[in-house]
Amino acid sequence: MAAKTFSGGVQVPHYKELTEHLPIREGPRPTEVVIPLSQHTGAPCEPTVRRGERVLVGQKVGDSEAFVSAPVHASVSGKVVAIEPRPHPLGGEVLAVVIESDGEFAVHPEVKPLGPLEELSPEQIKRMLRESGMVGLGGAAFPTAVKVSPPEGKHIDVFLLNGAECEPYLTADHRLMVEHPEDVVLGMRALMKALGVGRGIVCVEDNKPDAIEAMKKATMPHSELEVAVCRTKYPQGSEKQLIKAVLGREVPPPPGLPLDVGVVVNNVGTAWAVARALTTGLPLVERVITVTGPCVAQPANLLVRIGTPFSSVVDFCGGFASAPAKIIMGGPMMGVAQRGLEVPVIKGTSGLLLLPEEDALAQQPQPCIRCGRCVEACPMGLLPLLLAAYAEQGRFEEAESLRALNCMECGSCSYICPARRPLVHAIRVAKADIMARLRARRK
Amino acid sequence: MKSELPVVTSSPHLRSPVTVSALMRDVVIALLPALFAAVVFFGERAMMIVALGVLSAVVAEAGYQRLARRPVTVGDWSAVVTGMLLAFNLPPSAPWWLPVVGSAFAIVVAKQLFGGLGQNFINPALAARAMLMASWPAHMTAWIRPFDAVSTATPLAALVPKTGVAAQLPTYWEMFVGATAGCVGETSALALLVGGGYLLVRRVISWHTPAAFIGTVAVLTWVFGGVDGLFSGDWLRHILAGGLMLGAFFMATDYVTSPVTPKGKLIMGLGCGVLTVIIRLHGGFPEGVSYAILLMNLATPLIDRYVQPRPFGEVRKK
Ligand code: SF4
Ligand code: SF4
Repeated sequence: MAAKTFSGGVQVPHYKELTEHLPIREGPRPTEVVIPLSQHTGAPCEPTVRRGERVLVGQKVGDSEAFVSAPVHASVSGKVVAIEPRPHPLGGEVLAVVIESDGEFAVHPEVKPLGPLEELSPEQIKRMLRESGMVGLGGAAFPTAVKVSPPEGKHIDVFLLNGAECEPYLTADHRLMVEHPEDVVLGMRALMKALGVGRGIVCVEDNKPDAIEAMKKATMPHSELEVAVCRTKYPQGSEKQLIKAVLGREVPPPPGLPLDVGVVVNNVGTAWAVARALTTGLPLVERVITVTGPCVAQPANLLVRIGTPFSSVVDFCGGFASAPAKIIMGGPMMGVAQRGLEVPVIKGTSGLLLLPEEDALAQQPQPCIRCGRCVEACPMGLLPLLLAAYAEQGRFEEAESLRALNCMECGSCSYICPARRPLVHAIRVAKADIMARLRARRK
Repeated sequence: MKSELPVVTSSPHLRSPVTVSALMRDVVIALLPALFAAVVFFGERAMMIVALGVLSAVVAEAGYQRLARRPVTVGDWSAVVTGMLLAFNLPPSAPWWLPVVGSAFAIVVAKQLFGGLGQNFINPALAARAMLMASWPAHMTAWIRPFDAVSTATPLAALVPKTGVAAQLPTYWEMFVGATAGCVGETSALALLVGGGYLLVRRVISWHTPAAFIGTVAVLTWVFGGVDGLFSGDWLRHILAGGLMLGAFFMATDYVTSPVTPKGKLIMGLGCGVLTVIIRLHGGFPEGVSYAILLMNLATPLIDRYVQPRPFGEVRKK
């Protein structure tokens, strides 16, 4: 069977060999964690603890009444030493609960396994997802409880488990599939049960044969599950491209969502975290990340507590092999460059990538030569060269009519541009302006 | 680490190794087989013309940018490509100043005055060729035979019934390898196919324009190009003759002056093919490739305006 794929996209080098064969290890035991009260898409949380209070692992430290939100929990036991704005890896400063660890990692007494999946109702699973602060761990950190609660009238018939992991360098999902395929399947089945979906497909890129193998074996006993092999191409892991490749369905342009075509997509890391929450009762207080790049002394796949400062993670990996010129949270295509290592690992941290100077230097942009490469690369069928040109000239309305809002900022266009034009950057500027005007109009 | 702050730029943080200069260098490499063929058939005078064309283009670009106080960009190899293409479009008997004047015009008037690489809307080499044609028609149409440099007609001139030149036609084989009269770099279909194939394999160009261009010429000349009614044309001779291969692979595919979408590129090739055949069969000149491309260059903004990719997830209405 031919591997499934989508149109557009780019071939990027993987750089996965640094960590793809390294088993997941227990990460550092931080002396202090910083838990930002906003780590997800949606309303930020209010703190539910006070300064000076003693907290235990798994205890809720922030929550919100809003539907689209997710509570946050203590990942160490110890004392709340501050509730104050702290630098956030997605930029700016965000109110955070700072906990000084007592080194005991004592778990809150209410943390108890929920019982076997067979005995749980969809409602119970949804409540567990909400209470455990579960969010999509692929990057966007959308609250999982919301994702599995489609609005009335939307019929979901397929659940896709996203194991494409198309970002170069990152291998956390790959390792989870190889090492914990049964847990991944358990989490997947729990999510499907919450949704009431009868068909589930695990989607893996064909550069991970061992993961394909493991997932095939683990899904064997479950007739409702199958494995789909996708061609290795960036951005195969983007929800819309994955749905197109595997099911041939096209999600309508924004505000269209996968559920408009009867699909819900969740990522492998999320499914694994759901299984952990089910079997241990622990909320989302740790996740697997890939620490990698030429500047890391010992690249690794680590199980890290949410709130651990990047600096402790890097120290745990033997420090720098050479001084990094760029620090990125996430992968090199869509990750966010950091000002330093003081920011904490959050729920959406899929990796920590340290790049040397030769990879970090901004290349001088040249004039566009109209080669059309960005057009061919754009998986959304846009004209990046024109969008960017309009954006640079401040002609945002023209950019809007050329569907600037359809851009998912995958970076394929900027990656491929031989003139090194900062296309996505320009399009982002246009999108921000268009969104601001839309919001103003709505008011 | 503490002393030097990390670089903070927006994603992506990876860039493809293919740069503008790498692409242009590939075009130069792809033109080398045709240059070799030119030297074989027309001797060192062909080499002279190409060398002068390239030199003049590079000097003109650097000189103009110096005077205009702009950054000098000859390192991107695009001037070298323009110089080579201009020289390839001259007769081998051209006097030494023809490539010099032509390249300088191509770079200064057709490229830099429009704002430099990426801004010009017609192909500089072809614009310069048209200018030379208008100013020195005698020099631009003085053809010589390969090997012995005796004056002759081109196979295309011999092909057009109404010129009455029932001259000895070269064989298909001679036309394929390039042992016929013609411009410096256009006669050897073989060498140009090798170069064009290289560009396709390296993904410097896509197949859309050359395939549509050559295909259209083949079909139309087969249908309309014969003297014994429809479907009697000598299409093979038509696609091997003149500047078709050079034009289809190297000039109609010029990034700056052709459409950016795959569908647009097909239309570009189709339009070039139709216009070439009209000019060849009914126009005042025996050859139409370069005018066809120039006309399609002018149509490019229009094509780009109306031929856009289908945005993902959208259903085409209308
Ligand atoms: S325009 Fe947007 S969606 Fe298209 S390639 Fe660029 S970043 Fe990706
Ligand atoms: S890839 Fe870059 S140079 Fe090519 S058309 Fe797009 S913006 Fe222009």
